[in-house]
Amino acid sequence: MHIVYPVVVSALLFSIGVYGVLARRNAILVLMSVELMLNAVNLNLVAFDVWLRDRLHGGQVLTLFVIVIAAAEIGLGLAIVLAVYRNRRSIDVDRLRDLAEGGSPEVSQQSEASPDRAAVGEDADREARS
Amino acid sequence: MTAETPGFWPPSGPEVVFLLLGVVVLGSALLVVTTRQLVHAALWLVVCFGALAGSYLVLTAEFVAWVQVLIYVGAVVVLLLFGIMLTRAPIGRSADLDSGNRWAAVLVALATAGVLVSVVVAGFGTAYAPLDPGQGAAKPLGSSIFKTWVLPFEALSVLLLAALIGAIVLSRTDIRGRE
Repeated sequence: MHIVYPVVVSALLFSIGVYGVLARRNAILVLMSVELMLNAVNLNLVAFDVWLRDRLHGGQVLTLFVIVIAAAEIGLGLAIVLAVYRNRRSIDVDRLRDLAEGGSPEVSQQSEASPDRAAVGEDADREARS
Repeated sequence: MTAETPGFWPPSGPEVVFLLLGVVVLGSALLVVTTRQLVHAALWLVVCFGALAGSYLVLTAEFVAWVQVLIYVGAVVVLLLFGIMLTRAPIGRSADLDSGNRWAAVLVALATAGVLVSVVVAGFGTAYAPLDPGQGAAKPLGSSIFKTWVLPFEALSVLLLAALIGAIVLSRTDIRGRE
């Protein structure tokens, strides 16, 4: 097996993940793209472990560790996304701009007008009930 | 070793299988980041992870392949589907899944791909690894985890426990901070 095949596949997979993180608006889709990038790293680790014929299997053991860390990350990430959804009724990362410095007026209005937000929340509750 | 390195053409059997799996991986990953339906993105993620498990098998990393199937396809995708369900995502097509800076993202991704692919082709274009099966079976991998890598393994279990407790604290609404 030429090592260049798995390594090129993993480089392309990583850049697809970069595109997903930058271009998607839904926070769950962003998390999926992060998983794609982590999988590209795993493929790299396995390919180089096979190439170097590591006696201690460092590459494959590190792949297992990365998989465990990815599981922990996705659990925490989803908990944070659900907390944001509970408070804002939206997981659109383009509209969550509370940390932005001097955001556009339309955005700051949206985050400060609490009656407006309460109305949106009521709407969502009514949708859920019906 | 360099003398017996075979050329790129004709590709050997495992290389053909790996390239086909690579096409499946990249195609389904592209569909994950471009599809208009949220649930379909999670299902294409299953295809992508399954094909990646197949390529680990071709690379003789059996144990990693099964762990990939168990944890990614089994656990992570189910968790993502639960997340989609709990945030009341629309089931059908939704028009606003892509952000406004989409073309900048295309540019950045193409630049990343160009840099990475040119670097790895320049660096590892002639590297060749003969595959012999059994290298990544459960027995050698398990003995190396529990002989050499015990300390990171235990640290990782503590990390997993911390992440679990953190997720519970974050998702329960009746736990408040100290006043």
